[in-house]
Parts: sequence; structure tokens; C-alpha cells
Amino acid sequence: MSAPVKHPMNPWNHDVAKDEEDLIDVQVDGDWVKMPRGLNVVEVAHRMKKFIPHYCYHPKLSVVGNCRMCLFEMGTPKMGPDRQPVLGKDGKPEIAWMPRPQIGCATGITPGMGIRTDSALVKDCRNGVMEFLLINHPLDCPICDQAGECKLQEYSVEYGTGGSRFVEDKVKKPKNVDLGERIVLDDERCILCSRCVRFSSELTKDNVLGFVNRGSHSTLTAYPGKSFDNDYSLNTVDICPVGALTSKDFRFQMRVWFLKETKSLCASCGTGCNVTIGSRERKVYRLTPRENESVNSRWMCDHGRLNFHYLEDQNRLQQPLLRAAGEQFPGSWVDALNRAAEGLKKVKPQEIAVVASARMTNEELFVLKRMLEELGVTQVDTVYRPGQADKFLRNADGNPNTRGAELLGISQGGRKLGSWAGEIAAGKIKALLVLGGEDVVKAGIPESALAKLEMLIASGILPNATTQASHVVLPGAGFAEKSGSMVNVHGRLQRFSRAIAAPGQAREDWMILRDLRETLTGGNSLHSIEDVWKAMAAAVPALQGLSWAKIGDQGVDLGSSKPVAVSAKP
Amino acid sequence: MAAKERRLILKHVDAPGYTPDISCYRKHGGYENLKKGLAMGANAIREEVKKSQLRGRGGAGFSTGMKWSFIDPAKVTKPIYLICNADESEPGTFKDRQIIHKDPHQLLEGMILSCFANGVKLAYLYIRCEFTTGWKVLEKAIAEAKAAGFLGQNILNSGYDLEIHVHRGAGAYICGEETGLIESLEGKRAYPRIKPPYFPAVLGLYMCPTIVNNVETLCNVKHIVEVGGDAFAKIGRPNNTGTRILCVSGDVVKPGYYEFACGDLTLGELIHEVCGGVRDGNRIKAVIPGGSSAKVLRAGEVYKFKQKGPDGAMVDVQMKLEDIPLDFDSLAAVGSMAGSGGIIVMDHKRDMVECLANIAGFYAHESCGQCTPCREGVLWMKKILARISEGHGRDADPELLKDVADKIAGRTICAFGEAAAWPVQSFIAKFKEEFSMRIRRNGTAAKKDIVSLIH
Amino acid sequence: MSLPLEAGTENCAGAEKGEIPADLVRKADEIVKQYPASRRSAVLPLLHLWQEQFGYIGPRGVEWISQKLELQEIQVLELVTFYPWFRQRPYGRFHFRVCRTLPCALGGAGKTFAALEKLMGVKGDPHHGALVSEDGSFSLEYAECLASCGTAPVILCNDDFYEKVDEARAAELVAACK
Repeated sequence: MSAPVKHPMNPWNHDVAKDEEDLIDVQVDGDWVKMPRGLNVVEVAHRMKKFIPHYCYHPKLSVVGNCRMCLFEMGTPKMGPDRQPVLGKDGKPEIAWMPRPQIGCATGITPGMGIRTDSALVKDCRNGVMEFLLINHPLDCPICDQAGECKLQEYSVEYGTGGSRFVEDKVKKPKNVDLGERIVLDDERCILCSRCVRFSSELTKDNVLGFVNRGSHSTLTAYPGKSFDNDYSLNTVDICPVGALTSKDFRFQMRVWFLKETKSLCASCGTGCNVTIGSRERKVYRLTPRENESVNSRWMCDHGRLNFHYLEDQNRLQQPLLRAAGEQFPGSWVDALNRAAEGLKKVKPQEIAVVASARMTNEELFVLKRMLEELGVTQVDTVYRPGQADKFLRNADGNPNTRGAELLGISQGGRKLGSWAGEIAAGKIKALLVLGGEDVVKAGIPESALAKLEMLIASGILPNATTQASHVVLPGAGFAEKSGSMVNVHGRLQRFSRAIAAPGQAREDWMILRDLRETLTGGNSLHSIEDVWKAMAAAVPALQGLSWAKIGDQGVDLGSSKPVAVSAKP
Repeated sequence: MAAKERRLILKHVDAPGYTPDISCYRKHGGYENLKKGLAMGANAIREEVKKSQLRGRGGAGFSTGMKWSFIDPAKVTKPIYLICNADESEPGTFKDRQIIHKDPHQLLEGMILSCFANGVKLAYLYIRCEFTTGWKVLEKAIAEAKAAGFLGQNILNSGYDLEIHVHRGAGAYICGEETGLIESLEGKRAYPRIKPPYFPAVLGLYMCPTIVNNVETLCNVKHIVEVGGDAFAKIGRPNNTGTRILCVSGDVVKPGYYEFACGDLTLGELIHEVCGGVRDGNRIKAVIPGGSSAKVLRAGEVYKFKQKGPDGAMVDVQMKLEDIPLDFDSLAAVGSMAGSGGIIVMDHKRDMVECLANIAGFYAHESCGQCTPCREGVLWMKKILARISEGHGRDADPELLKDVADKIAGRTICAFGEAAAWPVQSFIAKFKEEFSMRIRRNGTAAKKDIVSLIH
Repeated sequence: MSLPLEAGTENCAGAEKGEIPADLVRKADEIVKQYPASRRSAVLPLLHLWQEQFGYIGPRGVEWISQKLELQEIQVLELVTFYPWFRQRPYGRFHFRVCRTLPCALGGAGKTFAALEKLMGVKGDPHHGALVSEDGSFSLEYAECLASCGTAPVILCNDDFYEKVDEARAAELVAACK
């Protein structure tokens, strides 16, 4: 196992021992194993593929030990009169078991410790906690979003008694509380584990949540008039073990057991947080963070998390468009690609400029590069996009693949675009290929210049001023609709997979470029994504020896430790 | 024949003409032991406290010498804090009240000596806010002590500095739990901390080494400095040394506070001789011997346990309720505890269901709500008992109450879980037939002659 | 035997608006100095100070104290609602607290409470905060053990403590509240 990484955003990393090499012997359910000293019992069990149920414990938050679900039976070595452990026949210390159970989350292992995760005492403890948690809990399962991923449901089946002996009146608390712009709170469902309070306080340094009242009437709340709005608020919905905190965006939209889960990446900035896309049929319902301690740990920002609804914008480009008589008409892919190729062949290579995008995948950029090499086109750049950097995950680079674009020789940091406006006006650039949904009007090339072009080809997913001025529009795929790889600002190569099909006749962009290349130059060596990868790995020194499979689900550090200095605005 | 009171701590309390001001205190030898202690040195004081075998008087009875030994002032770089726990809230207990209101300088002197012994420069006196007069008395006493040079900078030219501030609580019993108190002092909800790792001796107030001691315990330190640890240890019995202030309330003729050497007195002597017997000529039915958290004892019980005999061997002992000596070990041996010294007597006219329901109401109100078994289970027990009291009990209720209590005790963050569970476990176990009868007689008719004690 | 019962604060009106008395600010600063290691420790004493001045702790109290101690408001509200001594609405000028815990209950606290209820003319469910008389002169609530079980039943009237308060004594006390 490679050395565990600790993400700087986390004040705690209880899943990583202080010294992973300092191994001691402990007995777990009768078996002696070697584990790092001081690791807590919940993590020890986890590493042994056993599971100690818990609610309030979270490896990245402070340990509070309030749910009492992780109680286990603990033993210590029997000491002899010589103050040395008494050894059994197997040469290992004999264990004296303590009648009082201990919480696993707060117990760090010591040499010779005995741990029972499944004894009669432990079962009774869990029965007790489950019954207690359910006595005031509302019977909301049929209307609660958490169903299907609710720890109360799961553990009551696994560790509960199956019945309730409670016949009193339940404690009533506010339901449907508007806690923040993006979160609804149901106080009755809350089991007061305090994960959300600790997350907000310890990770985002925002003490906006707290508990009012006392005892069984304790209630989670924000201060009246204040709102839980920080840009990481939705992470608390992830870590809430029950349906107390729900996302307004996802609430009542879809039952989680219908969601297909696809490993992907957030494309909203250069950090490249790892995500899981929850989709069904042709619709994305939610994004949730996917664990990667080298990138985003278990978190993502609210902005990126909710930035997918544009995929179902009703104005999505779904068909190729061709301009005729001042208007755009839907056409076939063959016609569109032919028209585009014709237009590009009519002019000289030095009269062609390409506005690529640092939102494009490495594969798309590589096919583009091949095509441009074959055409002899040298004028290519990407569009600079500022992000809203914060102290946690969000990066100042608003593009997810600036490093990839630089690596593949496509990007000049967006500095070229400024001069191209003039050269178009002067007639030196006669054809412009705009990719990745970029809107060059916003990037500094006005419509008046675009009108002068003999051929303007745009590929993207949403209509904009550029596509509206184009002669040929090629509908592409959003990030959830394609597979590919990107390199984040810290030089990490990561891959993501397609979750849903692009709508209508829109296509994955690398295929569009492959076909355009074939139409233009006849080159058809890059037929499949594997071909692309082989060629790319051979051509780019940083990618030597890598393959799609080798990237894995956690990505690969390409060895460049310096985060890219975001190119100066042109 | 009952032994006589030994008023060591309560020597001047209620004495005619004795006032809480410093001049009166000094007239009676006050602050002489501070001078003595400063001259002895901190290590020597700690040694004497160890030799004295003094046990905490707040309820846990933990060895004070051992508690202090967890901190070595020579090795600690963080500031060391001492907090006087004056949050007296255990039902049945009212001894610290007397000391605070009537002899505050005794507490101060003991506290200053304890601070000096443990390298403490800044100490807090956490007093329950309901002692409004006591607060003012203590603030005045501190000002007087400062003015006289017994507190503040360079005390009595010894080079030792100490500031003491009074900090008022705000009505939460859980602030009597040492880590709950620390959280409260830090300005937070009084949520007790998990131990490990937050042992006050290591990670206490502001995560610095901290000692929390009860009012009566600190007063005893002064006496230990005065007579020495060995002499102090001769009072009472081995491992149960010194005196205890016993607080008696409930159905006795003369309720009140009385100080005796540990084990000098039996429960029967206390109730029948010192407190004038049960009111109205009634008979004892039940006694809670150590604050409401202590397990109840039933009249007529005979306790069988093993005890160390005079020759050191373990012998079988049988003991009636009336014969229990009022020291820590004996009360533990009979299945209860000395606790805070609050002895509540209930006579044969009292309804045990009502008594338990009242106690359960107390714990339900005071639960901080942090951990699952206490937060949910303690209110559940109260609701069941209220329902039985209202006349809607079910046959399964006594067994249910016991099981709920069993699933709380030993499974919570702090001892409040046990404190809430033990009364339920012991009342149900010892007065089983009363609960069954009450449930069988359900309905409003059953409530007619019963004085409701639930509020 | 006259009982100089001091009326509680009459300043409730100043709680939410108007100038905060300079004296209160000065006292607050003094209090903060007692906790050099952490300003936050001053929150309980400041809450007492505010309640003593204005009779209760409303939104302005929470906000003023949280600003002074560099906390977020919820961190102060958490405490106002956790500790029963603090209230978020004005109570009567004479606020009575009757201990309900076992020794006082055995001593007749229930009767004392009922008597006070009648004398004060208050009604309501004591589980939802104090019962306040219509003219605002009296309020009544239960408290838990006040640590004087030997002289049960005991009560507090504002800051003053009274022992052995049976129904007759209760009537005397109420009569002495002007």
C-alpha cells in the first residue's frame, strides 16, 4: 500500500497513523494482526475489512464520541506479578476483557490490545443505540431523500432489534427549515451527531451552525436571520448520515437506488475535484465528491457540484447547423464536416486560426494537434478563463485542463486572441475554428470581425454569439457525456468516464475532430480512443509509459510539482 | 450510641458571633496555615495530601493526592489551572452552601494552598448562579484577601503570584461534571469531554493541565497543612480518612448538615439519634445515601459482602441498613455509594413510583443531550414513569425501565448516564411489587391518595 | 416582619434599542480581562450582566455580546438556550423559582407552587417557560435542586433565597412584593 496522503484542507486525518511503520500486535476477534500504533479501532477494523458501525466519527473531523454506536469490547494484556504480560500458549499476551465497552473512534491501539467487534456485549450496545436513535425519529422513510443511502436504515437492519418498545409521544422539532440557499433541514430526523457543525467550523472555519436547547430537545440551527451559505455547505449533506440535511437541488428529484454512478471529474476549475455522477437514463441528477486524497479529499465546492444543469438546457445544440442565405439550417454530419473541410481547404494554412479550449480533454487536444500538424496550421490557442479562487479547493484557473493544453502544445495562455481580432479585420486570418464551446466574442474577437471571415466553424454544446455567427456548427458533448483525461493545475493526470449519452445528434468531441481530420487530410490512424492513447503516450514525453488503465481512478502525478502559473490575461 | 459530631470544616459555621469577613477569620487563626504552607513548599504540601489519603468530597471520592500527582509542575510547560467546583447541584446535598456563605475564607485559604502546591497562577471558582449571595460573599472575601496580601502578586513576599476569579454558572447540573465544567468555563455548552483523551490533568481548561476540586475537599487541604497528613489520616478509617459533612433531608425530624469522622457513625444512628428519627413516628421505607445518583437502600435489607478483618484476611460480613457505617468503602460494599453526602430519607407513607418519577424528571431536565443513550434514554425513562404515575402503566414497563437503564449505564460519555440509570435500576429492583401494584391498579382511582411528586 | 423584596429589573424596554449604558460596557470590559487565555470564556458572565441590566436576553443582547467576544451569533444563542437561568423574553418584576426536586417535593413543593400560582394569578404550562402574570409583576417557574434540601421547600425570588416556604409563607412573600 502506498504511503497515505494527507490533504492540507483537513485538520485531521484519523485514517492515517502518526507513523505507519510503527507496527504493534493487537488481537481482533481472536486473530493477532500488526497495525500502526495509535490508529483508532474503527480504522483498524476498516483495514481488516471489518466494519464497526458509527455515525459521528469521520476521519477528517474532530473526534467527539457522541453517537456511541462504535462501542466495542476492549481487553488489555493480563499482567503478571513481575509486571510483564502473561503469555499464552501461542506466545502472545493473554487478554483480560473489560466489562465496560469503549468507543472505537477515540481508542488508539496499544500493544497487546484485545478488540472484539462482534461479541454479545457489542451486539447489545448496538441494539441499545439503534433503539434510542429511533424512538424520537420520525417515520419519514417514504418521503425522505436519504432512503437508500441512510445509515439509520442500514444499521437498524444490520444491528437493530427490529421492533420498538416506545409508546410515548415523540419529541417534536421543526421540519422543513430553510437553512441556507442550497440546504433544507429537518430537525426531527437529526441525530445530533454534529458532523455538519464540525465540518463547517473545522474545515471551512465558519461557525454558522450550532445546537440550541438542551437534552432531548437539542436542535440544530443557524442563527435566526443568518443562512448557511458558504461555498462548501453541500458537503454537509454528503456527510449527514440521515436525511436531516438535504440538498434543495436534489430534493425529491430521484430515488438514489435508480441512479447509475459514474466516476468523473468536475470541470468547473483547474482543481479537477473527483466526482461521482448520479444519472438515470439521459439525465444527470446530482454530482457528489469522490474520494481522492491527492486532489479534493472527500469534498467539493457547491459551485462545481451544482454546475451541471446546463447539460439539460433546452437550447442545447443537438444537430449540426449550416449557414445558408443568412440563416442556419440543420444538416447531416456528413454535410457539415464536408462544408467545414471545404472552407478550410479554400484558404492557406497561415490564414487559419484555431481557438481551442482548456476545457477540452487531452484526447481531443491530441487529435486536434495531429490534424493541425497535417494541415500545417500553427496558429492555435486556448481561452483564458479566470476562476474564483478560495482558501480551500477552488482554483484561480477556471479551466480544468490548462496543463493538458500546454503539455500538448495547444495553449499559449490565451495571449494570441487579442491580436487575431486585428488580423481578421485586416484579412490576414480568413478561417477560424472555435472548439470546446468557447465564445470568442466574449474573448475579444467582436462580431464585426467574425462577419469578415470566409469560414467560421464552431463546436460546442450551447448556442452563443460565436455559434450564431458560424457557417458550420458542430454539436459536441458535455463533460458527463464523454470519456477522457485531463491534467489539473497541480500536474495530476486524471480520467473520467461517460455517464450519459449526448442529446440528439451531438457527438463526443474527439470523434468530431477525428472525422473532421479524416475529411480534411484523409488521416485515419486514430480510429479508437486506444489509438489516441498509444499515439499520445508515444508523442508526449510526460505521458511515456502511461495508458488509460494505468491512470486508474485516482489519477497519476506527472511529476511537475509547480502548479501552473495561470497565464497572464492578454 | 452515636459518636459526637466532629466539626473540622464546620467548626465556625453557625457559631455565635462568627462572621464571614476576614478579620473574624484571622481572629480565629485564619491564614496562618497559608504562611505555614508557603514555608513548607509545594512538594511538601503535595506529600502531606498524599499521606492524608484524602478523597474528593464532590461525589466521586477519588484520591486527591493521586489526582494531584497526575501533574508534575516541574515538567509542565503550559499553564496549570485549578478550578474550585462550587456548582453544588446533586439533589440532597447542601454542604458547600454553608461553607461558601458562612466561612468563605476557609475555602480561599485551602484553595490558595492547593494552587500553590500545584504551581497554579490563575484559578477559577465556578459557583452555581443560584448562590447569588454566595457569589457576592466570595467576591468580597477575595478582595479582602487580596488587600491583606494573601492573594495576588507576591503573596506574603514569597514570590508566588495567584489570581482567583469567581465565575458564575447558569443553571446546569452537568456543570458539576469536571469536563462539563471546563467546557462551560471556556464559554461553551457544558458538554462533558471524552476521556481518553481529554483527561483534565493533560487536556483540561484551554487544553492545559487542570485540577478540579470540590469546595469541601479544598477546605480539607488547609487542615492537612495544619496537622500534617499522618495526623489527618488518623481521623476516620484507613482509606476513608478525615471527616464528611452529611446532609440529611426528607422525612426526618431534624434535617440538616452534620460533620462526622468517616465511618464514625452508622446510618441508623444518623437518622434516629442525630436527626431525631422519622417524622410523625413513621417508619423508614427507603434511604438514598449519597445524593440522588446513588442507588437506593430499602429498609429491612441485609447486605452480605466480604471485608478485610483485623488480621488482614477477608471475612464474610452481614449488615443491616441501620448498621452501615457512613464511609466510602462501606457504602460501596452494600451496593450504593457515599457520593456527595446527600442522604434522603423516605418513610413508609411515601410512594416509590412517585419518588422515582420525580428523580427521573430531574435527570431528564439536566441531560446535556450530547450522547445518544442519555439524550434519548433518560427522557424515555421519565416518560414511562410519568405515564405509570398518570395511571396508564403497562405490565412490561418495569422490565422495560430496567432494560433502558441497563443500556445507558456504562455506555455514555460521562457518569451522568450512571447517575440517571442507577436510581431506576435500584428502585425497580428493590420495590418491584410497588411498581407492579401501581400498574395493576391503573386509572385515576389509583392516583387518588398519592401525592404527586412529579412537576 | 417586613420583607424588603427587591423588584427585578424595570429596564426591559431598553433591551432592544437605545444606548447601551456606559457602565455596562465598562463592566463588560473588566470581565473580559479576567479571562486572558480566551475571550470566549467571558460569555456567561456577560450574559448575566446583560440579563441583570435588561431583564432578559433578546437579539440585541446576543448580537452585542457576540461582537464583543468575536464570536458568531449562534455561538451565543446556543448558551442562552442551554442554560435555564437565561430567558429570551421579559419575566415578571418578581420572578419566583420553586425547587421541584425530590427532597423539596417531599416537603410539599407542589403545594407551594399551586399556592403561588393562585396568589399571582398566573396560568399556563410550566414546561414551556415561566408563567407570567398579565400585568407583568409576577412570574413563576420550577427550578431543579437549589442545594438547601434540609430546609425544604425552598424558593428563589429574583436573587433572594427563602427556606421552608409552605403555603402560608408563600402568601407572606407575595404580599411583600410591591
